[in-house]
Amino acid sequence: MFLSMNWISDFVDLSGLDKQELIRQFSLSTAEVENDIFFKGSDISGIVVAEIKSVENHPESKKLHLLKVDIGSDELIDVVCGAPNVRVGMKTAFAKVGAQIGDITIAPRKLAGFTSNGMCCGEAEIGISDDNSGIMEITDDIPNGTDLKSVYEIDDIVFEVDNKSLTNRPDLWGHYGIAREFAALAGRPLKPLDTEDLTAFDSLPKVDLRIEDPLCYRYSCLQVENIKRGISPVNMRIRLYYCGMRAINFLADLTNYLMLEMGQPMHAFDSRKVGKIRIKRFEKPFVFQTLDGVERNIDENTLMICNGDTPVAIAGIMGGLDSEIVDDTTTLTLESATFDAASIRKSTVRLAHRTDASMRYEKSLDPELTDVAIARFLNLLKKYDSGAVVVSALTDEYAFRYDTVELNFTKAFVDRYTGIEIDNETIVKTLQSLGFKVSVDNDTFDVVVPSWRATKDVTMNADIIEEITRIYGYDNFEIHTTRSPLYPVRMDEVKRNEEKIKDILVKRYSLHELHSYVWAYYDELKALGIPVEDNIRLLNATNPNIETIRNSMIPTQLCQVKTNVGYAPDFGIFEVGRVVTGMTEDDLCVEKKMLAVTLYSKTREVKELYFALRDMLAVITDDIKHRALDFAAAEPAHSYEHPVNLNTILLDGKAIGTIGIVHPNVGKKIDKKAAIVFAEVDMQAFADVENASIVYAEPSKFPPMDYDISVVIPKGVLFADMAKCWKNEGKGILKSAKVVDSYNTETFHSETIRFEFSSNERTLSSNEVQEIMDAVIANLKEIDVKLR
Amino acid sequence: MDKIRELREEFEQKLAQTSDLALLDKVRVDYLGKKGSITALLKGMKELSNEQKKSFGAEVNKLKGYAAKRIEERVEELRRLETEREIALMPRFDITAPADLTRGSYHPITLVQRQCENIFKSMGFTVEDYPEVVTDYECFESVNIPKHHPARDMQDTYYLTNGQLLKSQTSAAQNAILKKYGKNLKENGVPIKAIFPGRCFRNEATDASHENTFFQMEGMMVDRDISISNLIFFMKTMLSEVFQRDVKVRLRPGFFPFVEPGFELDINCLICGGEGCASCKHSGWLELCPCGMIHPNVLREGGIDPDEYTGFAFGLGLTRLAMMEYKIKDIRDLNSGSLKALSQFTDDE
Repeated sequence: MFLSMNWISDFVDLSGLDKQELIRQFSLSTAEVENDIFFKGSDISGIVVAEIKSVENHPESKKLHLLKVDIGSDELIDVVCGAPNVRVGMKTAFAKVGAQIGDITIAPRKLAGFTSNGMCCGEAEIGISDDNSGIMEITDDIPNGTDLKSVYEIDDIVFEVDNKSLTNRPDLWGHYGIAREFAALAGRPLKPLDTEDLTAFDSLPKVDLRIEDPLCYRYSCLQVENIKRGISPVNMRIRLYYCGMRAINFLADLTNYLMLEMGQPMHAFDSRKVGKIRIKRFEKPFVFQTLDGVERNIDENTLMICNGDTPVAIAGIMGGLDSEIVDDTTTLTLESATFDAASIRKSTVRLAHRTDASMRYEKSLDPELTDVAIARFLNLLKKYDSGAVVVSALTDEYAFRYDTVELNFTKAFVDRYTGIEIDNETIVKTLQSLGFKVSVDNDTFDVVVPSWRATKDVTMNADIIEEITRIYGYDNFEIHTTRSPLYPVRMDEVKRNEEKIKDILVKRYSLHELHSYVWAYYDELKALGIPVEDNIRLLNATNPNIETIRNSMIPTQLCQVKTNVGYAPDFGIFEVGRVVTGMTEDDLCVEKKMLAVTLYSKTREVKELYFALRDMLAVITDDIKHRALDFAAAEPAHSYEHPVNLNTILLDGKAIGTIGIVHPNVGKKIDKKAAIVFAEVDMQAFADVENASIVYAEPSKFPPMDYDISVVIPKGVLFADMAKCWKNEGKGILKSAKVVDSYNTETFHSETIRFEFSSNERTLSSNEVQEIMDAVIANLKEIDVKLR
Repeated sequence: MDKIRELREEFEQKLAQTSDLALLDKVRVDYLGKKGSITALLKGMKELSNEQKKSFGAEVNKLKGYAAKRIEERVEELRRLETEREIALMPRFDITAPADLTRGSYHPITLVQRQCENIFKSMGFTVEDYPEVVTDYECFESVNIPKHHPARDMQDTYYLTNGQLLKSQTSAAQNAILKKYGKNLKENGVPIKAIFPGRCFRNEATDASHENTFFQMEGMMVDRDISISNLIFFMKTMLSEVFQRDVKVRLRPGFFPFVEPGFELDINCLICGGEGCASCKHSGWLELCPCGMIHPNVLREGGIDPDEYTGFAFGLGLTRLAMMEYKIKDIRDLNSGSLKALSQFTDDE
């Protein structure tokens, strides 16, 4: 919204103050002002009123005229002018020799053989309207030679306020409300509005009016006749233009002017079309033509202004074409009303039609404004068209009144909320300057909120704090830390694990952390031959490609691997992200935070890669939990999982995730020559397993003893099966067993296992070691593992 | 006696011919070993008279001592020569060849998130995790966003078919955090100090500066006497730490349903320092975080009496911060999954 400093100055005397600084303060205390401030008229000078004394056609040009104009000096001035609307006796704006219009300095100039000593100007050239159809026609009685700026408000400072920052301030949608803020900021009084006394018309007949719907809070109207004026006064037109509105005709301009001044939208109907005003909704949808000529679909939720049963306007949004003021209108009915804000907003959205009026109604306008606006309208109408006659009494239906908001608080409350000392006098002065009624007794404040702030904006004590502090100025706050007591803070275990895992994977294993979206990527998965599995969906996805929420991060990562094929012959990616794995009994999503890791390699065998991934998980678990992982063969449940190499990851006997090799069908679509393995771990399940602590083993002073055996292992026997054979045989001196060599043929699988023995108490004898190993070998035989 | 002199000369010759330690050892054995030439001289003394024995023996021992010493010297010398040879054989490696920088990387969001978390952890704030799928109550109702508020319109929020939604703001965690720590506040006077970073979702078309999935971090503090003055202090402190310099902040009134009073917080532009440039649209200021005093309705809904306790809350766009910090122009790079873009963030500080 554009605001004119001249207009604001109608209501508060800002003389002697730095206007730009005031605007800056306004931006910091009230609402955001856009960066560019416009100094209207600053590039215009030397324009005077001139009267055309003679008009001659140019001998050769059809367009040009040779004029003599009177600018109040002794001699008439010769001017060549191309405007079509020149005539003798007309007064216009004239740029003298030496005048400035933008970058141009006016100098005597030859035009088609004749010298022109100046220029007659159109309104667009002076920048006071967009009318460039001809030169300006001045109808006011002003002596020739008068500087135009001394009679018209060409000089002005115009600034723009971001509409979004006015969302909660219905009172700031007009200059008068803005002026109130400037008055408060400048510490100067706000002048009252000049209005007509409407009670003078009480004896006249009332308009037939009835509110039939609770969505209309108040409806005021007045009938007026004999409006003769067609064109608005120049200063009014300038203000409208500077504030972004086009002058149309006096009546339309005046309703707009009122709206820009008081924030109250108004509408003028042809009285012939609104003899019986009813405000209501219709049960059946219909088509309605608004005054912009557009046919709009009205549904059962849209509030309408009607003449009896005939709709004549969409309440709060736009009037109808049929009831508009036309050339032969003699009596008009002026509407000034208030409607339910949410209803107007919804209708606006439904109709996809936002107007200056609806924008204001959406903000919850003050119903107290309606009659004041009419009184102000009449004041201006009479000022500019003295013949206008009021022919009805003010007719005013007031269906819904907001409660008066009265607040009560103490000085201690203000001190506590602000954290600084603001004295009582400042509090009272600030609130009064904003229109609040305040009384203070013994550090207790009683405040009555003005109606224009009480529709939703100021309803409680915390709101009062804002009023006091914003005018006080946040820049003026002395800032300090809190006095709160200190207590230790414990990190959430999942979060702690997450950070540690990221460090291990990045720093130790050179993996890359990526982010992804929480939904399944239809197109990308399709390219990999992975069907999107059924899961909870978005209700309002605008893009069908992202409709289903993912139930695993692995498909996402496989898509990412595909994206990065070619980045390097080997890489690994990971993410800690979310999936939804199902629904609870209450139909709520079961959301899980998962760690997903995928490795890709063109240089390593798949087994090596698979084991590398296992080792990463084992190191993570050992680092964080000081525990070892177990694995159990799993049945593939998803299209991308390898039928043979898929395992459930177990920690302390609990399933915490899955590790596997990618199904060759999918793998080949990503890269025919690469190995791809993946793992996914449930972060909460991982965190839930209790951490073991590091058990310190004192280094032995006695020599250790190694014992190697080479065994032939039948198909299907796992290392974990063999480990059971020595688990209970070690007698405290068997410290570890590792595979140190392996040998494979098609039919034969052999491993050399090294057993390490040591004791902290004695040098071991070969006998006691042999005894243990005999038992181990016997156990191994039981599962068909034989010495080679 | 001549024999001794001859032997000595012969020994010197042999010694000079040794080119490595193995040959030298052979010389030692040849002369000083049990069957060595010098040892043999002693054995041949039987035929000599006692007097001769005495003087000859002394000479042989002298030779023996001399030979041992010479061998020691030769050992040293050969070792020195060997090292010299080794050095001479060693080429000068080209250390200027490009270093191999292959290593892992963090997502840039992780890096800025950690920076912010560390600042607040150092001030005693807890870091809270929260789901991405939330209820209408969590995201809106509980944080004073009434039914008709525009923020709830379908076009902004992703709703799920079961009526839940993808959280459009980290504020969705506020109510749960107030409830989680409220008891400790009321019973033991432990202030609520929490930050809650998280992924948020908005149903909008994406372009270089708009994403439907992005990260925010929100923080709040609740205690008996939390004030606007405290809020400004914490914001200024946090942002000075984030940007590693003393930032200027300014507050403007801002309207957010979950705070009252609400503010828009600006910092002086980091590019131009406040002079005005293209990045700050020539205003000298960057709008950075919405903040305010927690709305009494929000406290009440979280089970905390607003007459007894006050608090502040603030939001910070982590995605925006990461883009500012690393000068990332296209927001979509962050979720692109492209290692070309995202493998560059290798350090965690």
